[in-house]
Amino acid sequence: MNGDKVTKALLFLSSLTILLLSAGIVLSLTGGAIPAFREYGLGFITSTVWNPTSGSEEYGALPFIAGTVITSLLALLLCIPMAFSTSLFIAEYFRGTRTAGILRSLVDMLAGIPSIVYGFWGFYALRPLLISTGLTDQGFGIFTASIVLAIMIVPYATSLSAEIIAMVPSELKEAAYSLGATRREVIFNVIIPSARSGIVASFILALGRALGETMAVTMLIGNANIIPKGLFSPGNTMASVIANQFGEADGLKLSALIAIGLLLFAITALVNAAGKFIIRRFA
Amino acid sequence: MSDTHTTEPVLKIEGLSIAYEPGRYAVKDVSATVRRNSITAIMGPSGCGKSTLLRAMNRMHELYPNIETKGDILLDGQSIFSMSVIELRRKVGMVFQRPNPFPNMTIYENVVAGYSLNDIRLKKNQRDEIVENALRNVTLWDEVKEFLFRKGTFLSGGQQQRLCVARAIAFNPEVLLLDEPTSALDPIATSKIEDLLGELKQKYTLVLVTHNMSQAARISDDSMFMYLGELVESGRTETLFTTPKDPRTEAYLTGKFG
Amino acid sequence: MDNLLINNISRRNRTNARLKYIIIAGAVITVVPIFLIVGNLALKGYRQINMAFFTEPAPDTFQAMMATSSGEVIPGGIANGLIGSLLMVLVASLVSIPLGLMTGVYLYENGTKRYANFIRSLTEILQGVPSIILGIIAYLWIVKNITRGYSALAGSTALTIMMLPLIIRSTEETMKMIPVTIREAAFALGTPYYKMVIKVLIPVSFSGLATGVLLALSRILGETAPLMLTALGSPSVSLDLTNPVSAVPLLIWDFYNDPNMVNLVWSASLFLMVFVLSMNLLSRSIASKHKYI
Repeated sequence: MNGDKVTKALLFLSSLTILLLSAGIVLSLTGGAIPAFREYGLGFITSTVWNPTSGSEEYGALPFIAGTVITSLLALLLCIPMAFSTSLFIAEYFRGTRTAGILRSLVDMLAGIPSIVYGFWGFYALRPLLISTGLTDQGFGIFTASIVLAIMIVPYATSLSAEIIAMVPSELKEAAYSLGATRREVIFNVIIPSARSGIVASFILALGRALGETMAVTMLIGNANIIPKGLFSPGNTMASVIANQFGEADGLKLSALIAIGLLLFAITALVNAAGKFIIRRFA
Repeated sequence: MSDTHTTEPVLKIEGLSIAYEPGRYAVKDVSATVRRNSITAIMGPSGCGKSTLLRAMNRMHELYPNIETKGDILLDGQSIFSMSVIELRRKVGMVFQRPNPFPNMTIYENVVAGYSLNDIRLKKNQRDEIVENALRNVTLWDEVKEFLFRKGTFLSGGQQQRLCVARAIAFNPEVLLLDEPTSALDPIATSKIEDLLGELKQKYTLVLVTHNMSQAARISDDSMFMYLGELVESGRTETLFTTPKDPRTEAYLTGKFG
Repeated sequence: MDNLLINNISRRNRTNARLKYIIIAGAVITVVPIFLIVGNLALKGYRQINMAFFTEPAPDTFQAMMATSSGEVIPGGIANGLIGSLLMVLVASLVSIPLGLMTGVYLYENGTKRYANFIRSLTEILQGVPSIILGIIAYLWIVKNITRGYSALAGSTALTIMMLPLIIRSTEETMKMIPVTIREAAFALGTPYYKMVIKVLIPVSFSGLATGVLLALSRILGETAPLMLTALGSPSVSLDLTNPVSAVPLLIWDFYNDPNMVNLVWSASLFLMVFVLSMNLLSRSIASKHKYI
């Protein structure tokens, strides 16, 4: 009987580490961000100046927030048709076949490739391709980063969407078929309406992935601390500015970078929570 | 019903075989006919192929991948495999084992789902008429006329199943296929559906799969008995139940297959 | 009504067929990058992969420049990165696997109690935290306060925090699939609680747990961003947890930034990708073989 109590106490204690870790992360980020926020107040979020020259130091996060939001939303936009057709391929058109199994494994493989490899491939393979289209001189920028980001988040959106599409009761699909509906009509009138919230949630969770993605974006976005001016403009995301400048930072700059980290943490946590909420509530 | 009707079958099944995998037949060389304005019951132990045979009648069995079909089914003399599936399913409707109203649609929308899913635009008064007629035909009108624009999922199981019948007949089919339509219902709801089927045969031809022998005896005019994919025996229900020709039919009717 | 139907059949069949082709085309476009990436890396990276690639540390930029200019294969390899990666992953596993397993069992046992739900939500949030932020955290906690400088320990800490939620979730999900009757059978035999956990729960769900661990490992092996802020990188092979170490992804980053080393970056990327993907595939094949638990 005593043994039981000890085991249960041990299990409980280990669960406490999650509590401590979470609290620790929030406290440390907030603590580290305080100097920056004390210096600039909420203006830190809306300022577009990023000037680390000592003497005239000034830091604002808006260019990076804009870069993160724009690349992630663009990536999501590019990802939607890919993930949508792949999940219908797997969970509807070729459901249960060997082809669907192979496709699923290939998509899973996309999730397994390390971020830095994507960045490297984007740099040496995708960038020259974009330059050859004549749309961009350097090949760096928002659009290049978003394409690679879209490929990277496809597996996350696909696997969840496919799971939810597969869960649409076959009775409903059969009812529609028995009334003479074609497959396209079944998809648009039965499957998508029943799976809608789950599909939306899967795209929100994929967006959450895109927001925090670091290496591939850092290697492709061009690292300019400005609000992007167009599709092919260089920029910087919250994650990429941290990766690029953290190593040599101290004092106010370090605090500003940590503050950006805190904002990124808050944004991804919110987006992920929204996705999970929709899944729990409606799917 | 007059004799001209009885001599001219609505459905004629000719040497039909269906395999889910090469060599594994769910239906083996079945030939049979279905008379107009009658109820035909297909019976047999589970796994005997009765549902597959029923589904073949409006080609719902083709939803499975790699299915292999031999033989033919004629609807009014025309092969159903030469027709467009859309047209066929418009003429041969189906009701399923479990009530399956579309949860995203209201009761009203469910009844006209056949039209909306098929992109057929109707005027509002036409739609209203179709909904009222179909719901009256399944004796559901009085129960739901106040709630037409609510989702159908709050209805009881029996009401939902009658709604599904209404959805099928709103399209005015010739034949209505029913796959164990009462197996998920309680006895009262079951007897309501059975009464309903008796009335529906005035207008439609019904084919019913059932595992319930007494149900087949109560409401069907003709019966087919299937075993291991073969059609063992078919004919008038009275004859089949009182003087079965095949020993397997007799064994089933006396409860030996369970 | 009949006419309306007949008229639109061919149009509907056409749009129906068109959708199918669109779906197939979309799915094919989605998986094309995997072939491009694997093909590209294999073609350009295989030449550098030999014995020395695994046994020698990375060359300096001068050696690489000499070799490149005389058209030879760049000497040296990725041994310092390989050892550093293994060291940090080992330390992270030693902490996160037992801790994650115990927390997972706790969540499974306490189902939907409020505290358990809270911990479960925190675990989900933790799983979604971008890895670069965990790099900041390990920097603030370890680099600044404990090792007073970049260190393998700081890298391990970041990786531990990454692995922990993955292990917890896979443990709980796996155990949920064990039929209740199995637990009850153990209790009916008078088995004490801790023995039920050790002798029944964990062995029965072993393949699921192994899958979870392998997937977590394949995730952290490719991580670069948090290590840039913590382990920093080192030109020599080192096993000291309090000193900076290299890691395979960190080497790729170094090679990428050094124009003389481009050939090495292809092979290092190829190696990392093959290593990570095979771990990933291994875990999935275990998972599909033991589907029921």
